[in-house]
Amino acid sequence: MKSAIEAKRITKTFGHGNMALDNVSLDVTSGEILVIMGPSGSGKSTLIRTFNGLESIDSGKLEILGIPLDSDKNQQQVSLIRRQVGMVFQQFNLFPHLSILENITLAPIQVQGCSAAEAETKAFELLIQMGIEDQARKHPNQLSGGQQQRAAIARALALNPKIMLFDEPTSALDPEKVKEVLDAIKSLANKGMTMVVVTHEIGFAREVSDRVVFMDEGKVIEISSPNTFFIDAKEERSRRFLNQVM
Amino acid sequence: MKLRIHSNKRLLIQLLVLLTIISFLGVVLNNLVINLIRTGMGISFNWLIHPTGFELSEHAIEYSPSDNYVKVLLIGWLNSLKVIIVSLVFATILGLIAGSARIGKNIFLSQVSSAYVAIVRQIPLLLQLFFWYFIGFLNLSESGFAPLGSIIELSNQGINLLGVKLSAEFSAVVLGLTIFTGASIAEIIRGGLKSVSKGQWEAFRSLGIQESIGLRVIIIPQALPAILPALTSQYLNLAKNSTLAIAVGYADLYAVSDTVITQTGRAIEGFTLLLLIFLSFNLIISIFMGMVNKLAIDKNIK
Ligand SMILES: Nc1ncnc2c1ncn2[C@@H]1O[C@H](COP(=O)(O)OP(=O)(O)O)[C@@H](O)[C@H]1O
Ligand SMILES: [Mg+2]
Repeated sequence: MKSAIEAKRITKTFGHGNMALDNVSLDVTSGEILVIMGPSGSGKSTLIRTFNGLESIDSGKLEILGIPLDSDKNQQQVSLIRRQVGMVFQQFNLFPHLSILENITLAPIQVQGCSAAEAETKAFELLIQMGIEDQARKHPNQLSGGQQQRAAIARALALNPKIMLFDEPTSALDPEKVKEVLDAIKSLANKGMTMVVVTHEIGFAREVSDRVVFMDEGKVIEISSPNTFFIDAKEERSRRFLNQVM
Repeated sequence: MKLRIHSNKRLLIQLLVLLTIISFLGVVLNNLVINLIRTGMGISFNWLIHPTGFELSEHAIEYSPSDNYVKVLLIGWLNSLKVIIVSLVFATILGLIAGSARIGKNIFLSQVSSAYVAIVRQIPLLLQLFFWYFIGFLNLSESGFAPLGSIIELSNQGINLLGVKLSAEFSAVVLGLTIFTGASIAEIIRGGLKSVSKGQWEAFRSLGIQESIGLRVIIIPQALPAILPALTSQYLNLAKNSTLAIAVGYADLYAVSDTVITQTGRAIEGFTLLLLIFLSFNLIISIFMGMVNKLAIDKNIK
């Protein structure tokens, strides 16, 4: 099996504070769907953000799609990786001054050198896939939260990434909008996309994930199959966490 | 009932303010009339078409002492305009660079920029102009030196840029105004860029979009609403501050008007003209910034 993400004993400290990542080792194979869970402040966001170079690591070895992303990474490696790794944020982070269509076509035009027509054709395919083709000409603030997040997913998909990273994609949504976004993510999973998803949605994790990673205080505490993790977690700390959220 | 008392109080204050203004105007008008009677000159603008009889070191158009006062005021206006526009352009560029450096990743550049802003804002502009004029230019030797080969040559005669000669006075005023205003603009740019959420930076970076493109296409358009009004007021400040040019002997509108008034004794007419003409700079800047603002908004709404 080909490895999409390889992290070996990576560490990250902010300022003089605690370690946000404390010797984290993790492999994600190509086509795998990995869910990361853990209490707030356990380092989930920091970890996922190292996978596209938004955070740099202090030590350890990190390879994304075979490209090294160590502490001495250069800008060229980072941009090479960012073209192949899509990211979806909790707060959507759509560009508010651009239309949905412009949000999606920006990177293909600026990064891949696509023509505007090519980029728009591709964008409409993605908007249809996300079920929001009617919203193409609107601005982000005219869309519901669920629609905005689906537009953000379409934007991340526009560069044909090999890996998709999701950082709590439904945490900022009204409860009734969560399902439409999770369904969009599931449809990607069914197409064989490699995905790392930070989420608190247990139903989603059980149904879709291949493995669940549990983090606490910057450390990986447990990596299990969803069946093991949610029914019979190996670690005491995992069980305590699950008791609180389930 | 409470409301009534409150509004009565407000009315009283407004009345007092009005009374103060009226009495002030009365005093001014009174002085004016007394002066006019005393000097027996009356108000007249006929002197404007008389020859000036004085030399002017710097003139953008042909000029000799036999030209009239209208022409010399026009030259003063052009000299001011030249200083304002050139300083405005350079101050904006400097402010953009220093402001971006403040929030950039390079710690050294960020600290240099921070020190620049802190130092420049502590020192009165007048002292800075003196500094650039007396220490920056007049201290140089006659032959000067050329830091970039034949492109630019600095001497106590001013700057020779590719054969275009700029006087030491002009150069000192532009340098002083640029560095002084650039610091304020840097703060405005920094504040504007910081007003855009971190998520916007992360979003464009995650898409593999280069920093320079992301700054231009994503960050600056969102920062403009915060930047433009403050920038306009800095430009207006720059225009007003340009009148300090007289301190280093640059023949700007104010300096020329000053000479004209001294020579003709026409203080009332001279100052009235000066104020009216000076308003033209504010008008030009306001109209220009209004257009920029409209352009920015149109582009954002598109
Ligand atoms: N930019 C930052 N500056 C300083 N500390 C940070 C920063 N980002 C995260 N941290 C700290 O690192 C730790 C892990 O944070 P994070 O990865 O956001 O956790 P999670 O996503 O699991 O809630 C927390 O203690 C947090 O306060
Ligand atoms: Mg987080």
